[in-house]
Amino acid sequence: MSKRLTRDEVAHVALLARLELTDDELDMFTGQLADILGHADDIEALDVSDVPAMAHPLRLTNVLRSDEVVPSLDRDEVLSQAPAAEDGRFRVPQILGEEP
Amino acid sequence: MATTAAAIARAVQSGETTASAVLESHLDVIAERDAELHACNYVMADEARAAAAAVDAGDVTGPLAGVPVALKDNMCTRGVPTTCSSKILEGWRPPYDATVVERLRAAGAIVIAKTNLDEFAMGSSTENSAFGPTRNPHDPSKVPGGSSGGSAVAVAAGYAPISLGSDTGGSIRQPAALCGVVGLKPTYGAVSRYGLVAFASSLDQIGPFARTVEDAAITYNVISGHDPRDSTSYAEALPAIGQAELDGDVSGLRVGLVSELLGEGIDDDVKRRVAAAADALSAAGAKVEGTSVPACIYGLSAYYLIAPAEASSNLARYDGVRYGLRVDGDNINEMYKATRTAGFGAEVKRRIMLGTYALSAGYYDAYYGKALKVRSLIARDFAAAYEKYDVLLSPTAPTTAFGFGAKTDNPLAMYLSDVCTIPSNLCGDPAITVPYGVGDDGLPVGVQVLAPALGEPVLFRTAAALERSLA
Amino acid sequence: MTLPDGWEMVIGLEVHCELKTQTKLFCGCPNMFGDEPNTNVCPTCLGLPGSLPVLNKQAVELAMRIGAALNCAITPSTFHRKNYFYPDMPKDYQVSQYDEPINTNGVLELPDGFRVGITRAHIEEDTGKSTHVGGAGRIHGASHSLVDYNRAGVPLLEIVSEPDIRTVEQARSYVTELRGIVVATGASDGRMEEGSMRVDANVSVRRGPDEEFGTRCEIKNVNSIRSLGRAIEYEALRQIDLIEAGERVIQQTRHWNEQEGRTITGRVKEDADDYRYFLEPDLVPLAPSDEWIDKVRTTLAVLPAERRAAVAQATGVEPAAEPVRTVVDLDLDGLVVGAISSGADPRIALARAANEVAANAEGGRSLAVDAFTKLVEMESGGKITATQSKKVLDVLLTDGGDPEAIAAGLGFEAMDTGALDAVVDEIIAANPAEWQRYCEGDQKVTGFFVGQVMKATQGKADGKAVNAALAARKP
Ligand SMILES: [Mg+2]
Ligand SMILES: [Zn+2]
Repeated sequence: MSKRLTRDEVAHVALLARLELTDDELDMFTGQLADILGHADDIEALDVSDVPAMAHPLRLTNVLRSDEVVPSLDRDEVLSQAPAAEDGRFRVPQILGEEP
Repeated sequence: MATTAAAIARAVQSGETTASAVLESHLDVIAERDAELHACNYVMADEARAAAAAVDAGDVTGPLAGVPVALKDNMCTRGVPTTCSSKILEGWRPPYDATVVERLRAAGAIVIAKTNLDEFAMGSSTENSAFGPTRNPHDPSKVPGGSSGGSAVAVAAGYAPISLGSDTGGSIRQPAALCGVVGLKPTYGAVSRYGLVAFASSLDQIGPFARTVEDAAITYNVISGHDPRDSTSYAEALPAIGQAELDGDVSGLRVGLVSELLGEGIDDDVKRRVAAAADALSAAGAKVEGTSVPACIYGLSAYYLIAPAEASSNLARYDGVRYGLRVDGDNINEMYKATRTAGFGAEVKRRIMLGTYALSAGYYDAYYGKALKVRSLIARDFAAAYEKYDVLLSPTAPTTAFGFGAKTDNPLAMYLSDVCTIPSNLCGDPAITVPYGVGDDGLPVGVQVLAPALGEPVLFRTAAALERSLA
Repeated sequence: MTLPDGWEMVIGLEVHCELKTQTKLFCGCPNMFGDEPNTNVCPTCLGLPGSLPVLNKQAVELAMRIGAALNCAITPSTFHRKNYFYPDMPKDYQVSQYDEPINTNGVLELPDGFRVGITRAHIEEDTGKSTHVGGAGRIHGASHSLVDYNRAGVPLLEIVSEPDIRTVEQARSYVTELRGIVVATGASDGRMEEGSMRVDANVSVRRGPDEEFGTRCEIKNVNSIRSLGRAIEYEALRQIDLIEAGERVIQQTRHWNEQEGRTITGRVKEDADDYRYFLEPDLVPLAPSDEWIDKVRTTLAVLPAERRAAVAQATGVEPAAEPVRTVVDLDLDGLVVGAISSGADPRIALARAANEVAANAEGGRSLAVDAFTKLVEMESGGKITATQSKKVLDVLLTDGGDPEAIAAGLGFEAMDTGALDAVVDEIIAANPAEWQRYCEGDQKVTGFFVGQVMKATQGKADGKAVNAALAARKP
């Protein structure tokens, strides 16, 4: 993983994250992210093959709630926060690429 | 105006003063100082006056009756702007209160302000706020630390005796140290995260800032405990911190000084204050010795893969559809991109991209997956250390408060500010910082006490001993 | 249907079932179809900043019931986040079980004994619903869309089969049987039209059973069992045409267009399939206790296969026979078995249930067993004819009531033999040429005579009695 992060990879990641970068930003972020990942080289050398992954600090299991209705929010209050609403729904621009 | 939460609550309860009078005196401090310090995103004067009147009318009683409290602006307050210091949430008024807000109010506390932070709690200086930086009251040319810089300053400058911050990699403890106040990061799961805008869900924890260890304990007692709305909240009753802990008897306590956190990169004046704290504990009867927690040194690398990975997912929802900022676009994808590009600052974008990369196809095992294993190693080494020691001792931050712009061009240098605080977040363990004198520049230095999960009682006992040793 | 010589289709099905809970998977909002848009929403299912999920116990219970009914192993499981941007997904990730699903390694046996492997059946949350404005309600050509999050966070069980299915009939039978199971266990409504059960089909083709699997396409947007067959058939033929023309099948998602009767290329995503799955840090692992699992297994409802066996037992008809499957699929088997055990003629009871009652299954499920029994007895006892019986049943299914009273009200009563004989003689006399042909053995004119008699008696005559009367007059 010490291989250098490329500009193309950063551009791809920006696409996945729905961020638009100027060419200058792309250069800047490529350099900065490469530095940060370079710092992570220290863990590359570690042999952790027999170490379990620890995704979470808690060891709880089976946290469940009973199937009881709790009052929902007031629709007007919810939609008052929406950038655009119409007919009691959230309005969004055209969704592309679903069907031809 | 620098009295404690404990003293205010007593005075209000005894009728010596009123919640409204207390509130007005604190609002006066804010009015006087915040133009310079900029710790507040929003001062809740009207709401606070109504709440104080209710306390004075006897409608609300409790351990924090009439005590003003400031909240980091990443905790939801119903009908009151909650911005995370981000343009993308500017103007958002949540339709609900965070659990900690409900608990503070039920205990009689008066929420006085929403405080500034690094955007979405990502940063160590509060310079990443979309609304401008916060200044350190000890030297306004210096940063207050971050990300909870506003909450640290609110307490340090007397806006409120207590405040809440959130700590994902040191965001309570580091600014507390730089501002000379007490800051606690509780055990993961001790305080509900419901209503805390998520940065990195497996690391985030809410905790108090205070000027005294006792005030931090009172606040912790109020906000901690099971919340059925948070699946990662401890179900069993947590031990309340009481007089026994606050007496600070540390005789026989086994204290380990973490050598990995006292090496290169830690300023000498900071190391000297930690040594002084160790001496004070010895003098009070504790058994202090140097120890090693080897995997500790990998904390930063693991953290800066895990936290951004979770953040990249947590921050996907800011898409211009349901709340917050929207920048129009011809189709949904253009709208997403325009909104997120305009709404997020550089540090947030950096971490979203870093996290997206760490999770993406082909890199998961090398980055995120590896970091999770290293997290295990770190937890294992700390667990081994706690076999031998009741608490561990270290600096809170490598340096005292630094100047504006000193690290903004070099993200990695900024990240190194968190090197001492990150391990507790990775392990889910509690840690507290106690102000312990000043460095060569006359600015505050904090020492950090670390304990195993649910070790808050011993943590407070040690913190109280340190506080007393300075008195 | 048959494919061109030697070709075989390979089908795996992914069925999403909405679980019939009171509330959503991770919050207390009502799980309700058809309410006013955005009225069943809260911070959690809207993905508001700071909100957190808490798993619904009943959703787990229902998921385990389906798992148990499909003979799955029920194991400790976890939840992951599947990350992608889409406006009907409030958090821009879906919480779903990924590499550790609750149910694995099951099997579903079709009525004819064919066994389809169940890879997994995992819990996940549903999305909201977009309405497209302009462009005739379709996404393509729409000017904008409107999003309703009432459905967001409704619990789903995604049931994934092995690619064991080889024919359209098996695919239909699999979905029908699965639907019967999820309904029987009380876990889901299984209503394809309302979207509470949604079927995606992975289809590939190959030249015979010894070949490797071909490249598959996933067909979405199939809204009925009938469309499922059409869609699979269309897709298999499309793939065969491609291959026979020397082209390659490209792995992709395709949408079934019901109006045009074809599958079309679906979403082409620039970030295809990089979902960046990782363990959902806001939830903890799920590990149902052995006691809970045992209780689910031992209290499981009677499943369709067992019910078909019961109908077969009562009627003497094969369990895989069409009428038996029909009455069980439509939940009319209780009516049939009940009537038979009260003394009704088994064959008539099954026939009426599988045909006339099945045509109005809604009414049939509220039809009283004793009324149905009485009706079957009236028919078998010759009090009314089969034709009359169907008419009485029609009224019974829509309005309810007493079959005798209904029959009387319609003026149905058995004709006495004398009256029938007179009518038959009259008609023979009026149609000598036809009678001649009948006597020469031309079966085709039988219907003519029966029809004439029915007409003359306004349908009161019993068809069998007319046949007997005609035969008796044959020289
Ligand atoms: Mg799915
Ligand atoms: Zn909800």
